Amino acid sequence: MNLAAEARELARAPALAHLDWLESEAVYVLREVAGECATPALLFSGGKDSAVLLRLAEKAFRPARFPFPLLHIDTGHNFPEVIAFRDRRAAELSERLIVRSVEDSIRTGRVRLARPDESRNPHQSVTLLDAVAEFAFDALVGGARRDEEKSRAKERIFSFRDRFGQWAPRNQRPELWDLYNPRVHRGEHVRVFPISNWTELDVWQYIARERLSLPSIYFAHRRPVVRRRGLLVPVTPLTPPRAGEAVEDLSVRFRTVGDITCTCPVESAAATVEEIIAETAAARVTERGATRMDDQTSEASMELRKREGYF
Amino acid sequence: MSAIEKIDLADAGVLRFTTAGSVDDGKSTLIGRLLYDTRSIFEDQLSALERASRHRNGSGLDLSLLTDGLIAEREQGITIDVAYRYFATPRRKFIVADTPGHEQYTRNMVTGASTADLAIVLVDARKGIASQSRRHAYIAGLLRIPHLVIAVNKMDLVGYSRQAFERIRGAFREFAAGLDFRRVDYLPLSALHGDMVVERGNRMPWYHGETLLETLETAQTAGSDVGGLFFPVQLVARPEESGYAGRRGYRGRVESGAIRVGDAVTVLPAGRATRVHGIRVFEGAIEAAHAPQSVTLILEDPLDVSRGDVIAGPDRQYQVTRGFDATLCWLAQEPLARGRRYLVRHGTRTVKALLAEPAYRVNVNTLDREPTDTLALNDIGRVTVRTGEPLAWVPYRESRAAGSFIVMDESSNNTVAAGMIE
Repeated sequence: MNLAAEARELARAPALAHLDWLESEAVYVLREVAGECATPALLFSGGKDSAVLLRLAEKAFRPARFPFPLLHIDTGHNFPEVIAFRDRRAAELSERLIVRSVEDSIRTGRVRLARPDESRNPHQSVTLLDAVAEFAFDALVGGARRDEEKSRAKERIFSFRDRFGQWAPRNQRPELWDLYNPRVHRGEHVRVFPISNWTELDVWQYIARERLSLPSIYFAHRRPVVRRRGLLVPVTPLTPPRAGEAVEDLSVRFRTVGDITCTCPVESAAATVEEIIAETAAARVTERGATRMDDQTSEASMELRKREGYF
Repeated sequence: MSAIEKIDLADAGVLRFTTAGSVDDGKSTLIGRLLYDTRSIFEDQLSALERASRHRNGSGLDLSLLTDGLIAEREQGITIDVAYRYFATPRRKFIVADTPGHEQYTRNMVTGASTADLAIVLVDARKGIASQSRRHAYIAGLLRIPHLVIAVNKMDLVGYSRQAFERIRGAFREFAAGLDFRRVDYLPLSALHGDMVVERGNRMPWYHGETLLETLETAQTAGSDVGGLFFPVQLVARPEESGYAGRRGYRGRVESGAIRVGDAVTVLPAGRATRVHGIRVFEGAIEAAHAPQSVTLILEDPLDVSRGDVIAGPDRQYQVTRGFDATLCWLAQEPLARGRRYLVRHGTRTVKALLAEPAYRVNVNTLDREPTDTLALNDIGRVTVRTGEPLAWVPYRESRAAGSFIVMDESSNNTVAAGMIE
């Protein structure tokens, strides 16, 4: 084809709106997992990103069943609303949900806590890798996004993990075109991130378009909190106020939901998805910066946890 | 910009572009500038940036520090791997593949270029066209990025001189004529001060072209992939799973072209002809689909179709062969070994493959062809590939999707090369 004819044809070729583009890419990735991997699982925490993943799996596979079970690593420190949502969604979809718990890992001595009330977030890696070994999973599909954090910006869509679940950031498989390489030897696995190219705003716009339901704590509600190091810390039995801290009752919402001991809400009156989109589009603080105490410890704390097998 | 504006305006989809540059030509500063001026940087990133800038340089806001990701990169002050960045304007969402430009990172540039609709090559206004700039442009052309932008940066350091800009443009035009771009733009800018990136500024009144952001917002997507239907089958849905009683469904993505119910298609490599009976998505039946939509196709005739087969349109002549000549970019530490067992992945099919001795290697600085008996990390050369099963392909210059493949090492499972069929 000559260049002029090519240009005419290009001008006619319709562009996909950005959410359709992102959705189609994610559906393609999920179908590649089904086509290439023998024993995959989809990580479902009850959070918004994994709720989006479930809808994308419906788009990829319905009316068939999902070609993988759902897997949740429960720290035992989750918000009850999130656990209820997790169980309800799995039941609505009639898909198999496997739950493995950090508390079991503590009981069997696989995880040793330095303090009983410490964050269990990093310890999830042990329970997760034990689950990988137990079920011989060769692929774990997760809802991580490259815009979340600096070290994630260099993550592949199909990301290799060695026998110890480790990520080697300097020695990743090159990923060209959409020709993914999910090949592993026994005991190794890949992590697969279908929504790598989505931003927080894309996720919320998709939730609005698809009318997805979410745990109630994503929306504005009143909650007792204390202010600590510039963050709002929810007051719960696991996270009592410290001496000298004043408890305030504020209207807040969570932008991420993780371990109670390290997940903080932001002050907000946004009670609907549309109001959240308006706030997110105007937000001047990144999702993790506002809400995660574990990422604030050092500039590279996510990279260090990821190398050890974290999500 | 309010959120409402952001959502209501016409959505021109996604543009993927790549930026390549060397350590000190201001690439990181340019990306930082695009993120900063489109208000894509958040407060916590900004305060971390201020802390890091003070620590590293003593003063000032160093936008280049926004793009250092890994611990080793901060330690060494260099970029090691491709990083993906995101920003959006009311018109468009942008995905930036930020690739380091040292010679040893040809593999990263190739990786970033493989999915890009547009390439930005940075040139230092003081130094003019370096061999590195030529290498970047050559790789962008090799990977068939249709649109090249030569960004002449650091105009502030040459007094915003029109002559300096035009000298570089003249020199590069000669070189670019030998490369096969659909469009080449030349832009004078200062990433450091922001002139002509997002804001025009008022220091280059002699320049009447678009700003960089205007160029990005209006650039055409879809790469060079126009023409016939290329639909590699990802999965086969059994009759009870397809949504169409009694018929199997073929799940996949339209990689190029378009398809409509009733269209004549051929299943390759077997070469059996049939018609499209139906097209389904989650929401129900649709009449037509185009690239890059993911759909399920239902065919008129009960053919034997499996993962790896291609459903192709009649308007493009596919070759069905057990081998081809290809340009390979070698990506692995371990060099190409004749007689070693490799795997080739093309579309959704993976087949065993053998690689012959290279016919030549391209010197990416001079673009000369050199004799060689192997390809090592970062080498680009011409190789004959033999495959264990037939593949249905067209040359890469006609279709990125139907002309590209990767080579994997069968024993290590590593991805060792990227291939473009000639």
